[in-house]
Amino acid sequence: MDTKHCQVLIIGAGPGGYVCGIRAGQLGLDTIVLEESRPGGTCLNVGCIPSKALIHAADEFHRIAHGGRIGITAGQAKIDLVKTQDWKDGIVSGLTKGVEGLLKRAQTQLIRGRAQILDGKTVLAETPDGPLRITCDNLVVATGSRPTELPVVPFGKDVISSTEVLSLAELPNRLAIIGGGYIGLEIGTALAKLGTDVTIIEAAGRVLPQYDAALTKPVAARLREFGVTLHLGGKAKGRTKTGALVVEADGKDVTVTADKIMVTVGRAPNTRGFGLESLGLTMAGPHISVDEFCATSMRKVFAIGDVTGDPMLAHRAMAQGVVVAEHIAGQSSKWDKRAIPAVCFTDPEIVVVGDLPNEGNASTVFPFAANGRAMTMDRTDGFVRAVYDPRSELVLGLQAVGAGVSELAGEFGLAIEMCATLRDIADTIHAHPTLGETVQEVAHMGLGHALHI
Amino acid sequence: MNVLPIKLPDVGEGVTEAELVEWHVEVGQTVLEDDVIAAVMTDKATVEIPSLYEGKVVERNGEVGDLLAIGTALVRIETAADGVEDKPDPKPEQAAKPIPASTEKPSPSETTGARDRGAELEPPASPPGAARPPRAEGAPVLASPAVRARARQAGIDLRRVPGSGPAGRIKNDDLDAFIAQGPVPASSPARGKRQGVEEIKVVGMRRKIAERMALANDRIPHITVVEEADVSALEDLRAKMNEGRGDKPKLTVLPLISAALCRALVDHPQMNAHYDDDAGIVHRHAPVHIGIATMTDAGLTVPVLRHAEALGPFSAAAEIARLSQAARDGAAKRDELTGSTITITSLGPLGAIATTPIINHPEVAILGVNKMEIRPHWDGNGFVPRKKMNLSASFDHRVIDGWDAAVFVQKMKTLLETPALIFVEG
Repeated sequence: MDTKHCQVLIIGAGPGGYVCGIRAGQLGLDTIVLEESRPGGTCLNVGCIPSKALIHAADEFHRIAHGGRIGITAGQAKIDLVKTQDWKDGIVSGLTKGVEGLLKRAQTQLIRGRAQILDGKTVLAETPDGPLRITCDNLVVATGSRPTELPVVPFGKDVISSTEVLSLAELPNRLAIIGGGYIGLEIGTALAKLGTDVTIIEAAGRVLPQYDAALTKPVAARLREFGVTLHLGGKAKGRTKTGALVVEADGKDVTVTADKIMVTVGRAPNTRGFGLESLGLTMAGPHISVDEFCATSMRKVFAIGDVTGDPMLAHRAMAQGVVVAEHIAGQSSKWDKRAIPAVCFTDPEIVVVGDLPNEGNASTVFPFAANGRAMTMDRTDGFVRAVYDPRSELVLGLQAVGAGVSELAGEFGLAIEMCATLRDIADTIHAHPTLGETVQEVAHMGLGHALHI
Repeated sequence: MNVLPIKLPDVGEGVTEAELVEWHVEVGQTVLEDDVIAAVMTDKATVEIPSLYEGKVVERNGEVGDLLAIGTALVRIETAADGVEDKPDPKPEQAAKPIPASTEKPSPSETTGARDRGAELEPPASPPGAARPPRAEGAPVLASPAVRARARQAGIDLRRVPGSGPAGRIKNDDLDAFIAQGPVPASSPARGKRQGVEEIKVVGMRRKIAERMALANDRIPHITVVEEADVSALEDLRAKMNEGRGDKPKLTVLPLISAALCRALVDHPQMNAHYDDDAGIVHRHAPVHIGIATMTDAGLTVPVLRHAEALGPFSAAAEIARLSQAARDGAAKRDELTGSTITITSLGPLGAIATTPIINHPEVAILGVNKMEIRPHWDGNGFVPRKKMNLSASFDHRVIDGWDAAVFVQKMKTLLETPALIFVEG
């Protein structure tokens, strides 16, 4: 059997693994990234990127069909989903090839193969060319997560996860979505815009239950505009003989007929089936427990990304990958981030950075209805919100709901990470006319002297 | 208006002086009748002295720590009340109520005074601003990612760095200043050099303990014998005796050791004695009054298990429990704290492997009981686990020879290892 040795072996080439690989290579560490499928992980292949492509296509379609208000009419809009998928696949393959190129440039080896951990420093890779034994000084587990299955409605022909929905060649007439989290809502909204009859079943009392009601209200309002049926407080119980979904809501059973049922009730970390259990690492529930260096309970075994728990977000995994690579290279890096931004590409979009309002802080809200740029985009729904310490005026959190607000995530993150006060933001000139002016305005508002409301 | 004294009353039989442990009034202060003006301490008890009149304190005699003779005027009070200078002292029963020794605390002014003096001795080395902790415990440390990275590289814990920016943000300049300031500031929570000396007055109970320990150690040449005893059988017996006791108090090991001690003293009466070294006489006592060294919040006290030779294990257990509780509450009476003829000292689970107990003067022997634990025991074929305990006994070598000391300790060992012997008439 062929054997190889390296300083850093990374299992998984998702956003965490490949970024760790690039950074380790840049730092001169002899690094191998082992990936059983295409590089890029869930994010590039079946997550962030393809879903955003689909959402964009749906938005364009919807705009053409609903331009009348601003004087535009066109012929009957039509979508050829096969072509859309080709376009999307082009983006995905461009990006995954890009990742391969970036790893190469950093002189990090990407090896195709499934990993089997033999011990904390030895991995057996089942490569297309046969088994390969890789020993390493440092092991990084970046194996990601997969959609959680619902036992009463197991995955099958017409019960699918987001992965399958994103590669549908044909639009389903009726789609039932179990789980009103951000994945379910993003895809549900896109398909509704394309003409699918969408029903969403959410166990909590409102969609996106992890955020506050004020933030999610504009999204719920818009879903109703698109004709999406919401079963809040609903629980999927199983299926009838004819295949209809049985949902218990308000103590009554309701049947939902659909061509496809998409289950998006969360994601489970990939911690089994490749020998990880044999290491006996300390776990935090289903996730691998890590410290501020992303180190696990075993010496020189690290874990990054979704296997280390919530929030399961690509940018968190990437930041962890950088910390681990620099830590292995002997630098002083550690995880000391103040905030991890979260974005929902719903319609309108939601961006959340830092603390939500609570009894211990103060908050102010500035509506897009008072923003010129929002009016010119014909989207004045939503608001920007600043959460701050009333004594020191330190900004503790920034959130927004509105069309296109995902691009504000950068400013929000920077403000929190730099420990900005309301005054810092209020005294920064924000270009006119942009949506971002609302951020300056909300800071003025917190200081007691908003200018444009 | 009269100026009347409040004299130190007779606070206990045979007491001629008492130590002033606390002032409750200042000169110029107005007091009401029955307000506490001072606390004094006799042999073992702290007594609060109340004011007999309503009026203004015009004079205060003595400082905390002074020994005052009974009858000394503690304070003089300017009052509208009738009275004469030589008004007879009130009866202690009415005038003085003992308070638990454990509640005795130095007055706040005294503590601050001590600290201030300590601070004068050695002024803080760093500027006053830097001496304060930079932020409240658990408060977030605010710094930009670049400043955080610099701090990590320099090995600086940003929690120690004061921030001068808005909302207490640590700026690059703050980090520069912290680095330039050099090693850790005085009051840094982490591994700082500390400055200053705190003066703690040795008063009251602590002073009594100090005096008695010094007396015993100065006068008595101690010989200490340490021996191991296998107490497995004793523990089995104790377990049997406790069976079916239900809610009734259970036996601890101490009453059984007391019983063994009483039995041993039958054969070794010279250990149950007082040595009056000034007179050159040893008083051998017929009754066995065992002092039980007891730790209280205020310090070490020795309540006395009287006539231990006449008590069965359960009644001894009940009496020991009562006495030690009274001692801890500071409610032990004077005669419960005096008159022991031999002493047992035990620190329970903290009892160490061996100790060198100091004799409770003028007694001639003290039995130290060390911690009980399971130790390997060679039974001729192999090691077996046995419950073992060491005895550390000290003797006054002037009147007890080493040989006798050793024989006595062997006797104790035999009794504890074969507990049936304890209950055999001597």
